Amino acid sequence: MRPTDIRVPDYFHKVVDCQWACPAHTPVPEYIRLIAAGRYSDAYMVNWESNVFPGILGRTCDRPCEPACRRGRVEQEPVAICRLKRVAADYKDDIRGRLPKVPAAKNGKRVALVGAGPAALTVARDLLPLGYGVVAYDQESRAGGMIRTQIPAFRLPEAVIDEETGYVLGMGLEARFGQRVESMKALLAEGYDAVFVGTGAPRGRDLEIPGRREAAAHIHIGIDWLASVSFGHIDKIGKRVVVLGGGNTAMDCCRTARRLGGEDVKVTVRSGFEEMKASPWEKEDAMHEGIPILNYLVPKVFTHDNGKLTGVTFEKVAARYDDQGRRSLLPTGEPDVHLPCDDVLVAVGQENSFPWIERDIGIDFDRHGMPVVDAATFQATLPGVFFGGDAAFGPKNIIWAVAHGHQAAISIDQFCHGDDIRRRPPAAVRLTSQKMGIHQWSYDNDIILDRRYPVPLRDKIIALKSIKVEVELGFDRKLGYAEAERCLNCDVQTVFTDKQCIECDACVDICPMDCITFTENGEEQELRSRLKAPAENGSQDLYVSDALKTGRVMVKDEDLCLHCGLCAERCPTGAWDMQKSIIQLLRAGPSCRSS
Amino acid sequence: MTYLAKPKLHHPKLPVNRLGYTRRDYEGAVSTLCAGCGHDSISAAIVQACFELDLPPHRIAKLSGIGCSSKTPTYFLGNSHGFNSVHGRMPSVLTGANLANRELIYLGVSGDGDSASIGLGQFAHSMRRGVNMTYIVENNGVYGLTKGQFSATADKGSKSKRGAVNNDSAIDLVTLAIQLGAGFVGRGFSGDKAQLVPLIKAAIEYPGAAFIDCISPCIAFNNHAGSTKSFDYVRAHNEAVNRLDFIPAGGEITMQAAPGSLSEVPMPDGSVLRLRRLSEDHDPTDRTAALNYLRQREAQGEIVTGLLYLDPEPDDLHAHLHTVPAPLNRLGDAELCPGSAALERINAALR
Ligand SMILES: Cc1cc2nc3c(=O)[nH]c(=O)nc-3n(C[C@H](O)[C@H](O)[C@H](O)COP(=O)(O)OP(=O)(O)OC[C@H]3O[C@@H](n4cnc5c(N)ncnc54)[C@H](O)[C@@H]3O)c2cc1C
Ligand SMILES: Cc1ncc(C[n+]2csc(CCOP(=O)(O)OP(=O)(O)O)c2C)c(N)n1
Ligand code: SF4
Ligand code: SF4
Ligand code: SF4
Ligand SMILES: [Mg+2]
Repeated sequence: MRPTDIRVPDYFHKVVDCQWACPAHTPVPEYIRLIAAGRYSDAYMVNWESNVFPGILGRTCDRPCEPACRRGRVEQEPVAICRLKRVAADYKDDIRGRLPKVPAAKNGKRVALVGAGPAALTVARDLLPLGYGVVAYDQESRAGGMIRTQIPAFRLPEAVIDEETGYVLGMGLEARFGQRVESMKALLAEGYDAVFVGTGAPRGRDLEIPGRREAAAHIHIGIDWLASVSFGHIDKIGKRVVVLGGGNTAMDCCRTARRLGGEDVKVTVRSGFEEMKASPWEKEDAMHEGIPILNYLVPKVFTHDNGKLTGVTFEKVAARYDDQGRRSLLPTGEPDVHLPCDDVLVAVGQENSFPWIERDIGIDFDRHGMPVVDAATFQATLPGVFFGGDAAFGPKNIIWAVAHGHQAAISIDQFCHGDDIRRRPPAAVRLTSQKMGIHQWSYDNDIILDRRYPVPLRDKIIALKSIKVEVELGFDRKLGYAEAERCLNCDVQTVFTDKQCIECDACVDICPMDCITFTENGEEQELRSRLKAPAENGSQDLYVSDALKTGRVMVKDEDLCLHCGLCAERCPTGAWDMQKSIIQLLRAGPSCRSS
Repeated sequence: MTYLAKPKLHHPKLPVNRLGYTRRDYEGAVSTLCAGCGHDSISAAIVQACFELDLPPHRIAKLSGIGCSSKTPTYFLGNSHGFNSVHGRMPSVLTGANLANRELIYLGVSGDGDSASIGLGQFAHSMRRGVNMTYIVENNGVYGLTKGQFSATADKGSKSKRGAVNNDSAIDLVTLAIQLGAGFVGRGFSGDKAQLVPLIKAAIEYPGAAFIDCISPCIAFNNHAGSTKSFDYVRAHNEAVNRLDFIPAGGEITMQAAPGSLSEVPMPDGSVLRLRRLSEDHDPTDRTAALNYLRQREAQGEIVTGLLYLDPEPDDLHAHLHTVPAPLNRLGDAELCPGSAALERINAALR
């Protein structure tokens, strides 16, 4: 293999598994260390810079970082990255003084945002400090998008939404709330320098099976029903409720139903339990509240008694796999199952809809009705119009909406300065040695076995009484510290200088995870098989040195490194050093412009 | 010196031996030696050898004298018996222990100062008596612990870190051990575990006095130009005479296609030492030839490593003394005290 070029910014970025997996590339270990040090406000700001909504995300994020976390591979469960974010948000001081200053003198450019959900608010957050005039239209009366209208208050209290959307509004966002944009053509005619569409995926899919129309009074579309609950238009439901669907909307529907009078609430899914779209923890939370999840049931008929819903009939299916491993759900031939109920919540998917965008103004849509959007620049086929969040590529989640927002803001800024929006400067990485003394490192490298701490929950009886009572209590400072200590500091990199190595084997002997091997060079696949411990995780890189004095090379499998620094501590020549990698993330502004 | 304990976490695919232990279960406390010290690599090789031999840690006794090398038993086999004795006195303490309980596996760990200076006499007698043990000298040519004075194994003409030249002749413990009657004599290098681990395994299984001289660079005081025990010097002058494979009793014998003639020496317990000769003029089972060979090669400035001498018919101290097969420490009063009638008979015979 060729020697690894550690100056390529992605090399060390990939080693920080959580940061690499986070769509907004939040510097996770950095904020976790700050939490451990009790510097909650600093930890909050590190988050805020990357993901704009630490308090919201610390309660609701889909946390793609956690399945990626190295701790899950070396122990059992990942660091509770998401809930640590909440710790930063819960215990910080007033941070308003630390938000970016918005210049009094504007740059003369005006940008319209359609929608004020997380994607659009991120664009505003990035553009307002640059002097843009930013106008946000939203049909709702308050900011937050689905964060506010869909996510139930028992998961995310309104005060947190108010606080974090408030930081952006407070930067001088011109809010035209309660105002739905009915025509893109008309909006463009107002002469904005750029338009960002962050309208989400607002339509809940329906289920057209017999009985749907007749029993309509007690069959509700999940996301609309949740919105009505959130606005206070709906405050009760029948005792027996069946929720159709297995995504996060279904999970929120069933748990909300439990709080509005539903005593016998069931979730039914077509697929198997494992393949459900909802995250494992959402399923756990629902089951914890006494909600069974029944799988392999395909809804067939809504039964009713003269228009009054009496239940749902399901066909039982089983998963069959063909030679290609493709799955199909085939009827088992067993008798149909009838679940009697008073109300049904349909949560079988969400769709985009853009009735307000005229199709003859240069914004192309594909045959699924989705806008044609560039995956890197987020620009539509009409220059100056950008899409992001759920509106761009279909429903995802908050953190993706934020990531889109950042990228779209860069494009908008480049566009307004006449730059080529396809040109993104390369990300930069900075390395700083963490050595403080002969055996002292600037980070806590004493790695101990310690299982993930569960987040304390409110007593179930109290929690189920009200839609507004937050279920999770969050970590207190002590638990937060203990959980923070589980982080392996994957951003403190093992950096190898081949010229200094005397091949004494000290690092090989001390490494607790058998990461390091000195051996003859070879092709990657072959090399992976003959290391001290076979490197079977192909998604993790091998760090290979140039030829050493004996002609061999140093090969380090990054996969299971604890970043404990023992290799560096046992190295007599300083060939190994522990260096913190800081990945410079791109943000809208001068650093991304050509002049 | 490292202050942190080595994390208990280990590679999830770490192999487990027949006893259900991983290699990590044979480790000891974290080393306090200088970073890069050769001795730590020897500790790692001992750990690996014991793991591969499926040795029950509680059946091993590790004994040592004084010196950095003699400190190392703390850093391996944390669940074995240990005795850190007086400077140069490991062989006699070990001999006593072995006499009392012949069933333990004895590992004597020493340094070149400990064995070739103050303990030379002790070393000699344990070899000639054939104490069933593995005697490892971690040979760095200096007294590491007392800050790098030349030891008795320092080569004539080699230079100290400060430039002083050693004018005394070197004691070669390998030659001495062969002359004194050790049944198994090898030399290794801390920087070559592929060679060292099988050597240690074979030595442990050898039912007699087994001696390994292991060159082990002292990073702090003897790893400079002018030293003959530095990493660079040893790598440049290392001549391995053979490659050893230890095949335990009942173990599968697989042939590897590599140059060099193969010879297999069966051991009394059914295990096999397979030697791939790298030098055709070295016969490890012929004591005189082996000594001559070593002489010639060392005169050329080579550091000869590998299994250098092997007596295919081992015996040991207990055989010399005709002791009973049961460990003496388990004999009861009845066996140990034959009674006054027997005493009378003995006394009568001596009158
Ligand atoms: C029930 C449910 C639970 C969820 N739970 C989670 C969760 O726990 N974690 C997570 O990460 N994600 C969750 N999501 C997904 C998440 O809410 C969305 O992915 C995210 O809010 C998308 O952000 P956005 O900015 O693209 O759009 P949205 O948040 O959808 O905001 C769009 C905004 O645009 C406004 N709008 C639309 N059309 C117009 C128009 N023509 N004129 C003016 N305004 C308009 C809407 O009123 C809305 O306020 C959940 C979704 C649902 C439905
Ligand atoms: C009776 C006695 N004499 C002298 C000493 C001082 N002393 C301690 S270690 C040592 C030499 C150790 O050298 P070596 O066996 O080569 O061990 P190394 O530190 O090199 O591994 C000496 C002379 C002592 N501890 N006890
Ligand atoms: S251990 Fe810490 S730095 Fe490493 S992936 Fe997990 S959270 Fe991130
Ligand atoms: S930091 Fe060094 S010693 Fe620790 S696990 Fe990683 S490679 Fe091994
Ligand atoms: S002084 Fe020499 S022998 Fe002793 S620990 Fe340091 S490097 Fe090893
Ligand atoms: Mg010594």
